[in-house]
Amino acid sequence: MAPPVPILRMSGICKEFPGVRALSDVDFRLMPGEVHALMGENGAGKSTLIKVLTGVYDIDAGEITLDGAKVAFANPLQAQQAGISTVYQEVNLCANLSVAENIFIGREPRRLGRIRWREMRRRASQLLGRLDLDIDVTAPLSAYSLAVQQMVAIARAVDISARVLVLDEPTSSLDAGEVEQLFRVMRRLKDEGIAILFVSHFLDQIYEIADRMTILRNGRLVGEYLTSELGQVELVGKMIGKELEDLTELDEKPKELEAVERSQPFVEARSLGRSGSVEPFTLTIHEGEVVGLAGLLGSGRTEVARLLFGADHATTGEVSVGGTPVALRTPRAATARGIAFCSENRRAEGLIPDLTVRENIVLALQAARGWSRPIPRRRQDELVDKYIQALRISPANPDQLVKNLSGGNQQKVLLARWLIVEPRLLILDEPTRGIDVGAKAEIQRLVASLADGGMAVLFISAELEEVLRLSHKVGVLRDRRLVAELPNDDDLTTGVLMETIASGGRT
Amino acid sequence: MTAPTGRPPMTGADPAEPGTGADPSVTVARSGSSEAAPETAATDPAAATGTTDTAAAPTATAAARPGRKAGLTAVIGHRLFWPGVVLALLLLANVLFTPGFLSIQMKDGHLYGSLVDIARFGAPLILVAVGMTLVIATGGIDLSVGSVVAISGALSCLWISGLGDQQDVGGVLVAVGLALGLSLVLGLWNGFLVAGFGIQPIIATLILMVAGRGLAQLITDGQIITINSSPYKLIGGGYWLTLPFGIIVVAAVLAITAFLTRRLALGLLIESVGGNATASRLAGIRSRGLIITVYAFCALCAGIAGLMISSNVSSADGNNAGLWIELDAILAVVIGGTSLVGGRFSLGGTVLGALVIQTLTTTIYSVGIPPETTLLFKALVVTVVCLLQSPAFREKVFHRRGRRPGASPTSADPKVKVPA
Repeated sequence: MAPPVPILRMSGICKEFPGVRALSDVDFRLMPGEVHALMGENGAGKSTLIKVLTGVYDIDAGEITLDGAKVAFANPLQAQQAGISTVYQEVNLCANLSVAENIFIGREPRRLGRIRWREMRRRASQLLGRLDLDIDVTAPLSAYSLAVQQMVAIARAVDISARVLVLDEPTSSLDAGEVEQLFRVMRRLKDEGIAILFVSHFLDQIYEIADRMTILRNGRLVGEYLTSELGQVELVGKMIGKELEDLTELDEKPKELEAVERSQPFVEARSLGRSGSVEPFTLTIHEGEVVGLAGLLGSGRTEVARLLFGADHATTGEVSVGGTPVALRTPRAATARGIAFCSENRRAEGLIPDLTVRENIVLALQAARGWSRPIPRRRQDELVDKYIQALRISPANPDQLVKNLSGGNQQKVLLARWLIVEPRLLILDEPTRGIDVGAKAEIQRLVASLADGGMAVLFISAELEEVLRLSHKVGVLRDRRLVAELPNDDDLTTGVLMETIASGGRT
Repeated sequence: MTAPTGRPPMTGADPAEPGTGADPSVTVARSGSSEAAPETAATDPAAATGTTDTAAAPTATAAARPGRKAGLTAVIGHRLFWPGVVLALLLLANVLFTPGFLSIQMKDGHLYGSLVDIARFGAPLILVAVGMTLVIATGGIDLSVGSVVAISGALSCLWISGLGDQQDVGGVLVAVGLALGLSLVLGLWNGFLVAGFGIQPIIATLILMVAGRGLAQLITDGQIITINSSPYKLIGGGYWLTLPFGIIVVAAVLAITAFLTRRLALGLLIESVGGNATASRLAGIRSRGLIITVYAFCALCAGIAGLMISSNVSSADGNNAGLWIELDAILAVVIGGTSLVGGRFSLGGTVLGALVIQTLTTTIYSVGIPPETTLLFKALVVTVVCLLQSPAFREKVFHRRGRRPGASPTSADPKVKVPA
């Protein structure tokens, strides 16, 4: 329509996997100097489309043209050489190498076969300077936050002559300030004429940064829209393929805090802490209570959860569960007392990728029973089928390997694993990160109903709205310290939470 | 410990066991007439994997439906197909060189024949490899099994040589008990080093691999201990119920292992720890105990193998007994399709792998390959097996021309499966 010619055009793309038709007849185009959002629910085919584009998978049908020439990439390297660079959600650089080495690995500036270290460092800092990043390029990458690592990955991608930059959920582990920084970088790159393909589950971010969007649903193209012409509600409707009465906010606030606090305290942590990890905190979680934890990334939210689950040893303080003092030395000890923990890092700390959905789901229950008391096959089928349906895990095949599932469905499998052990305290660390709106609403509804049924829930999320919607009270963390514990009454808003985070509870 | 638990599962193990015991023979029978009957072939992997491999089963059964071509693809794609083919080819080569190779005779109430010999001489390797499979499934490795083989044989022979009456069954049982007890202790040592102190398995077991040889020589005082004990001879060279006793022991150990790992939940927990140790810990699995158990079990298997080897020759050689058996065992595990990274394991595959290696050894002798080239020949065959198992290699060699057409039928059949 408009004069600019697409730098990239994909047409009629089809891709099948054993058991799944991931993409059917999808068209996509990308203009130079635009940020183009690829939208869709989990399993809609976003990741597959990106992997097809970048040569990770080959296509079954369809064609890709880059700058008017037909291309077919056999591997990501070829795609990169042609000018398509990708930065994934999980940064795939070498954390043990220095920042400069990471940027230039495989293409170090050389003279007579010798690496010119000084030149490499100089060019690395120059490159990062272009992205407004002033860091020590000789320090190992692992010394920096995930956000910085992501910028380094982008710097590397851009430096390899990227004309097309693919950002696959770059913001899912970043806090607000870091997202802002990333967006600045993206705008700058956009002005330089680079075409950016952006995937994110945060609608607000899409509306802030994207010029245009393409929506996929169930592996099919829904359409391409200008961001300015499509409202959020319409967008969500197109993504899930129906009008969203079931997405309307959860029936407002949960039960009154007072009513909940009258029930039995289930877990009481007194001055529980771990040196170097989180300052001693005191927190009580009642039966049927949802306690939210808010705070910036790295503020100690996960550390609190890990202490309560026995994943880390506490160095000070004590915990009692159900009124009895206990030592939570291992996750095993915690699970035996009815505590369950869904890690935010589901791939590294949650799922066993090579096992099937069924095996992953029964794992925690089986671990609790010990190896000598197997869960009878029929019981396994019952449990697994029940939760595949209840959580709408797709594909609904218990024998599918978990690594073949999309991120949101993996999260559901992890949830199912802990739900079948019927815990009394469920710790959810970022359960809705990186998953789509539909699944998000499902999980939120689930949490509310579990709490109604008497389960205590510790709910950790970077999204303050979500924390507010679900929690009876909210613990606020800042700099590895629990700085405030606020009842979720009418006065508590995201604004108040943000102020508390900013001020550290000093009012 | 083995004896009392051993009997009941053995009789009850038939339904549980096709994945392990019957597997290799099934594969052999198939490839003799590989062109003739794709349908029957298609059902094989499903039957063979029934208990040992839940992951591969659905693909196989699903693929059996849409017809010959897809069924055949599923069979060829099955990870035990190529090792099976190689085993069949090796057997075939033997038949060509040694007429009557396949015949099995009954003499004096005992079974005789080359096939029986392969199983009999392969028994120690199968045992060691089965133990190794579980260790590898946890993401570890045990290099010390060869030394444990030597130590176990040395200790039992030393004890028996000190008996007043070497034919005394009680004395022999004590010797066996001592040897297996020591093996268990050595396995626990490995396990503690790995799981208790976080030493890398290859290093932790390397210690015992080296030190164990010394220990074995210390026990035998640097000599070869020879004994003359018919009860002890039974273990490696005797017959029971018409079968070589070693085969019965292997069957029993396999049955127990299959029972523990597949009927009980040990297998799931081991695969989970091997697949993702951090996640397993957070799922509440006591991986430390599990890993120690697995190393202890592996050493116990090696101990039994050591008894067999020393019993077969009625002597203990601290220097050479079980030399390099760890490498053969690791090879058998890998040929059997268990990844060295850990996670999924297949007992049936390991048995098949061990049989391939043992048949290869037999073939080298029966075909009359000059001794100086045997190692090279062995390496060649193993290379072929490994290459055939590599999907990348097969893709390059077999599918160079018809990649696209080949892709569509395979991707067509899952569509039938998913909604169902």
